[in-house]
Amino acid sequence: MNRTLLGDLIEMSTIIVLVKQVPDTNAKIAVQGGRVDLSTVKMEMSPYDGFAIETALRHKEATGGTVTALTVGAAGTEKILKDAKAMGVDNIVRVWDDSWSDLDSNALQSVLKESIESLGGTAVYCGKSAADTGAGSTGPGLAERLGWANASNVIGAEFGDAVTVSMPVEAGVAKVSVPLPAVISCDKGDFKPRKANVKGIMMAKKAQVELMTASAPASTVVVASHSMPAAKPAGKTFEGGSSASQVVQLLRDEANVL
Amino acid sequence: MTNKIVIAELTKGTVNASTAELVSAAQAMGGDVTVVVPCTDASMADAVSGYDGVSKVIAVKSDVFAGNDSSGWASALDSAMPAGTVLFLATARSKDVASRLAARRGLSIVQDVVSIDGNNLTSPIYSGKANQTVTVNGDAVVSVRANVFSGVGSGSSNDVSVVDASGDVKTAVQDVMERASARLDVSEANIIISGGRGMGSPANFSHLEAVADTIGAAVGASRAAVDTWEEIPHSMQVGQTGKTVNPNLYIAVGISGAIQHLAGMRSSKYIVAINKDADAPIFQHADYGIVATWEEALPVFQDALSSLLG
Ligand SMILES: Cc1cc2nc3c(=O)[nH]c(=O)nc-3n(C[C@H](O)[C@H](O)[C@H](O)COP(=O)(O)OP(=O)(O)OC[C@H]3O[C@@H](n4cnc5c(N)ncnc54)[C@H](O)[C@@H]3O)c2cc1C
Ligand SMILES: Nc1ncnc2c1ncn2[C@@H]1O[C@H](COP(=O)(O)O)[C@@H](O)[C@H]1O
Repeated sequence: MNRTLLGDLIEMSTIIVLVKQVPDTNAKIAVQGGRVDLSTVKMEMSPYDGFAIETALRHKEATGGTVTALTVGAAGTEKILKDAKAMGVDNIVRVWDDSWSDLDSNALQSVLKESIESLGGTAVYCGKSAADTGAGSTGPGLAERLGWANASNVIGAEFGDAVTVSMPVEAGVAKVSVPLPAVISCDKGDFKPRKANVKGIMMAKKAQVELMTASAPASTVVVASHSMPAAKPAGKTFEGGSSASQVVQLLRDEANVL
Repeated sequence: MTNKIVIAELTKGTVNASTAELVSAAQAMGGDVTVVVPCTDASMADAVSGYDGVSKVIAVKSDVFAGNDSSGWASALDSAMPAGTVLFLATARSKDVASRLAARRGLSIVQDVVSIDGNNLTSPIYSGKANQTVTVNGDAVVSVRANVFSGVGSGSSNDVSVVDASGDVKTAVQDVMERASARLDVSEANIIISGGRGMGSPANFSHLEAVADTIGAAVGASRAAVDTWEEIPHSMQVGQTGKTVNPNLYIAVGISGAIQHLAGMRSSKYIVAINKDADAPIFQHADYGIVATWEEALPVFQDALSSLLG
């Protein structure tokens, strides 16, 4: 299907939701030879991406259009696209080139920009941060590259010509009008990710993953090593409520935090 | 050795003291350090003009810095700053602005740095279950966690130049619902006291609030507390699906210490746990553990704090 052509014929929202595969967040992480060993760890969709899918589907339900789930990843990452399909997205796309390995943020965002432009995206939803890096760089960085507006840590949304989002700010929670096109990074909030139903799961089994590629600049940030966090020196434990006054004294004299 | 540009962190319209930590972090990377102060009034730069180890201060004046639009922040900063490696404090807003600025300059970004050795930067990954060290080749944008580096001293008198900048604002605030209480948010606090299911009822959180008021702390909660009691909002939740916090002191009361809770607070500098179960996993992560019910321990804790600080 030629999506650009479709976009020219019918003007409607082309909503894209970004999903990333990460290790199961309950898994124990081990480091072997200076690298994290994920060989026995189950992989899953990054939790906040579920909120992004839910918000994207609600956007489509409010304004019409299509929702496309997109991941940048090697062939092994297609399961999360099927999971997105089972929740109800229309299309699933994987972007990759076998010459890529670890893409740094500049390379990843360049690839995402090119892919989203060629799909004719008009709104992009993503997780507020991925459960592996915890970075939270992708949403705002991608928006800048596309020249779009963005909102991050979004906990609620209403859809119209613009998207009105709720997000925490210094003073409380702000309602912010975000003109489209925009990139919206989703936190856990008002919308609970819907569960896939049987029909969705059947559809997902049959669904085709569309493959795309893009050009990626060389990465300048390279992973050198992984390590386990330094073990904390054993703490002091006291019995009984009356010891609380001793702890206060230690917080002042030893820890210096009061 | 390229220039290092430190972006001063603003909290409620004034320069946050953690900005001095960013200067130390920049020195650990090497090179000449410039501090850039995003401001609505150039006098805000006075707070950093005495910093040691700084070669230049640039006050970037723009109305955009009164708001929260990260696009406006990034375009105003970009127009007024030299090239180099840029350091921000790793707060929610600054990470957003940092990401935009990196993209604008075609640079890569490394977030949540907790240790620096020249061009090698270390950040926690998998919610703190491991650390990742990356090597940065050339300029980059970096965000640095608070309370990790000790700040530079002050006593110098740096030159301050003022640049007027305008930013390209994309979003518009419609309405701000003020916080129900004037309480600090956990993501802004240097001390946090959190309650879990062991508090027994939401009304009992008033005991945590009393301690918080004495020491200027924010009140947080476990997910079990948030899920069980409607009165405890999700904004208070610390953990994997709540907020990640990095305070100087974290006090966990009636919290078992599940891995998902630890994910949000294990990097706190000091951890105190109050729990009646000596085998609760939280004690393995506590610097100071008190095995007692909160009913017994908190009044003593509160009294000791009041007499120390009152
Ligand atoms: C995908 C996922 C994401 C999650 N995200 C989060 C998250 O973001 N944050 C989070 O906190 N959890 C999260 N959880 C839940 C987590 O697994 C735990 O269930 C939760 O942290 C438990 O909360 P708790 O410690 O308050 O309750 P409990 O585990 O029930 O512990 C209560 C503790 O209170 C103690 N206690 C009882 N009475 C007293 C008393 N009178 N005085 C002193 N101590 C007392 C008990 O000994 C016990 O240790 C997540 C779980 C999953 C699966
Ligand atoms: N490789 C990727 N493919 C698709 N989406 C991604 C990828 N990496 C990050 N994202 C999206 O960006 C969000 C934030 O990621 P991060 O910036 O790494 O914290 C994730 O929750 C995803 O929605």
